[in-house]
Amino acid sequence: MATILTINGERKSFDAPSDMPLLWVLRDVLGMTGTKFGCGVAQCGACTVHIDGKPVRSCMLPVGAVRDRPVTTIEGVGASPVGAKVQKAWLDLEVVQCGYCQSGQIMSAAALLAATPNPDDSDIDAAMAGNICRCGTYVRIRAAIKQAASQRQS
Amino acid sequence: MAISLKTSDRFSRRSVLTGSLASGFLLAFHLPVRAVNEPTQPPDDPNGKFAPNAFIRIDSAGKTTLVMPQVEMGQGVYTSISMILAEELDADFSHVTLEHAPPSDKLYGNPLFGVQATGNSNSVRAWWKPLRTAGASARAMLVQAAAHQWQVDPASCTTANSEVMHKASGRQLSYGALALAASSEVQPKDVPLKDPRNFVLIGKPLKRLDTPDKVNGRAVYGIDAMLPGMKFATLAVCPVFGGKVAKVDDSAARKIPGVQKIVVLDDLVAVVGDHMWAAKKGLDALVIDWDEGPNARVSSKGIWDDLRAASEKDGAVAKSRGDIAKGLATGERLEAAYELPFLAHATMEPVNATVHVTPDACEIWTGTQVMTRVQSEAAKAAGLPIEKVIVNNHLLGGGFGRKLEADMVVAAVRVAKQVDGPVKVVWTREEDIQHDIFRPVYRDTIAATLSDGKIVGWKYKVSGSSIMARWFPPGFQNGIDIDAVDSAVDMPYDIPNFHVEYVRAEPPAVPTGFWRGVGPNNNVFAIECFMDELARKAGKDPVDFRRSMLGNQPRFLAALNLAAEKSNWGEPLPARVGRGVCVQPSFASFIATVVEAEVDEQGDVHLRRITSAVDTGIAVNPDTIVAQLEGGLIFGLTAALYGEIIIDKGRVQQSNFNDYRMLRIDETPKIDVHLIKSGEPPGGIGETGANAGPPALRNAIYAVTGVALRRLPIDRALIAGKKT
Repeated sequence: MATILTINGERKSFDAPSDMPLLWVLRDVLGMTGTKFGCGVAQCGACTVHIDGKPVRSCMLPVGAVRDRPVTTIEGVGASPVGAKVQKAWLDLEVVQCGYCQSGQIMSAAALLAATPNPDDSDIDAAMAGNICRCGTYVRIRAAIKQAASQRQS
Repeated sequence: MAISLKTSDRFSRRSVLTGSLASGFLLAFHLPVRAVNEPTQPPDDPNGKFAPNAFIRIDSAGKTTLVMPQVEMGQGVYTSISMILAEELDADFSHVTLEHAPPSDKLYGNPLFGVQATGNSNSVRAWWKPLRTAGASARAMLVQAAAHQWQVDPASCTTANSEVMHKASGRQLSYGALALAASSEVQPKDVPLKDPRNFVLIGKPLKRLDTPDKVNGRAVYGIDAMLPGMKFATLAVCPVFGGKVAKVDDSAARKIPGVQKIVVLDDLVAVVGDHMWAAKKGLDALVIDWDEGPNARVSSKGIWDDLRAASEKDGAVAKSRGDIAKGLATGERLEAAYELPFLAHATMEPVNATVHVTPDACEIWTGTQVMTRVQSEAAKAAGLPIEKVIVNNHLLGGGFGRKLEADMVVAAVRVAKQVDGPVKVVWTREEDIQHDIFRPVYRDTIAATLSDGKIVGWKYKVSGSSIMARWFPPGFQNGIDIDAVDSAVDMPYDIPNFHVEYVRAEPPAVPTGFWRGVGPNNNVFAIECFMDELARKAGKDPVDFRRSMLGNQPRFLAALNLAAEKSNWGEPLPARVGRGVCVQPSFASFIATVVEAEVDEQGDVHLRRITSAVDTGIAVNPDTIVAQLEGGLIFGLTAALYGEIIIDKGRVQQSNFNDYRMLRIDETPKIDVHLIKSGEPPGGIGETGANAGPPALRNAIYAVTGVALRRLPIDRALIAGKKT
């Protein structure tokens, strides 16, 4: 039975068991490999996507639970002003090293700024502590979120 | 493109190494290997382009492609290498295209290793001269082509932004327009290199070339390889090291929708499916009886008992100067032993490889630090000649030494041999951690004597696994692993009677491999912790104590002074807050670091501020160097605070990020990295931060609590409630 999801504004139809995590639908069924597998148990945040604008770990989210809520992934986040500003700040401050976790970092940061346009350090800690970066880019992630926030106002 | 290895090259290289090591000329990792790649060597298939060497291609439309001999795993090396090539080529840096190199030790062998490998923080130092020469040589040929066309003296031409110009006549030609003609020009000999004062790219903080696609999901890592008709697989290796499959009941797994095949090999079981979810569910549904074999009783406790006993033995002498017996008989004596745990790498991208095996070929898609090793190991596993194995490299989602190994590719090839069409084999995080190739346990013992506040005798023994003996046998000679003692023999302090030994002690069953920071990781920890204990015994400030023995080391002294100044060393701090310092001699860079941390009543450690001062010679891309320190410090501090793999009943006890913890953003302090300007050749940087963090933090804890921790990770129970 075909499942239909709205991903980055496009309707996608595919066959997948309803208990299959959204992560594997995106990566292995739809070939959208920007969303990453890191741990499979919602411990690292590499698989973060937006469901209805909220950050969700797609490795633990059964695709059947998405229903008609819109999905945004790293491939589509730049279409929103907040997402684009986050991406730009990430490049301006040269946050990225290996980059593998950064899809998830950017998704978490964009969701933070959409909900909290001027986050302080504790807001950033709370929103971003679920995203592990093994390259240790945290100092720049914090700075880039602040830069993106300041550009929102200007 | 697959290129065969020349075994005669390999043998001649090995004999060069053996000879020099036998003479006792131990320069640690500074292997005296002749550069095997000749920058003037053309690629096998220039394909109609101007291809003066293995690294540069310019087509007639002006497209400039740079081929990367080193791999990009986050360290920024694709940008640094491109800057070095483009600097001497005078290419338009904003329009270069990069390609991963194919496997070829002949064309892309790392000049410091002799094989195509990315590690030991040596990409820029190894390739500095060869790539400058490659760029300059290509530029000279383009200039000659223009000069011929214009009938002018080549010396009257200049170059910039991928154009040759003749100012006197106002003529100019693009590199693209000259590409065809340049192809028939003669390679110049002894081409001059730029005076560093004339660098236009090197030394500028340029934007990385690999990052734009890493913020929009377009970057392709090994795990992202997608091929028509591909299957997806995941696997379970016997949880006990070295164990075998006894029996598999796959009746439940076969009923799971999307499961295509169960592959049972002697030591592992893989489930192949339409997607990772089917494979994972299928694997969970298998009932596997394992024959646990002889290692089912191996435990960390037994390994430590054995290592401690081994470390009491005399070792092979790696370096000795002065009279150590006399030195150790003079003044006040202090002894200590430092112990470091097994560690997993936990690259964010779990290990994986996609493989397509056909009767007469094997094609691989993965991200590896060792292209030719992967090719040769895969050939063995596939039972094919090496030239039938094609390896497509990718961006690496972290390397840290894990991808200096080919085990994940070999496993994938063995599975793929049982599958029609391509199959992507992805390890779960649990398999990735439990079947890593681990940073070995080390025990470092040091005895030293103090007289008039200075060290007069220093006897340092490193005991632990020899990774070199397995991975690069020429690096293990006469009982000495040159990596395990790398910074022990290169220690910067001026000590008259100095002696370093190494005891090889292999843990049973547990495979050991390189981990970010490599040998210096254990050396720097032991040395810098002990320096603080000696300073305390001498009644001296830790920075002053080090300064007094760095008189012959101006670059270290400058780094230490700058780190002390910028960290406000010596200025008052709140209660329960301390500073700790580390000076490190590794990878030909000169670095001092100060960590400021709070230790609360419960023994919890809170990082407050880190200051590093770095002299790494010419800083090719300065911002990348700062980033590598920032990240490396976090990597090392993660291990110091949390990192330990424990073995019980032959099995790894940790499994995922819940019990193999990583430092997170809410624990990350402010980090200030100060670069010292230098005209010396570039040093290494990628691993330095990982080595600086742990001893500097431990010394900060020592300053706060008075407890001399001698084991990692930090044991909160030992420091709770303690205060100097």
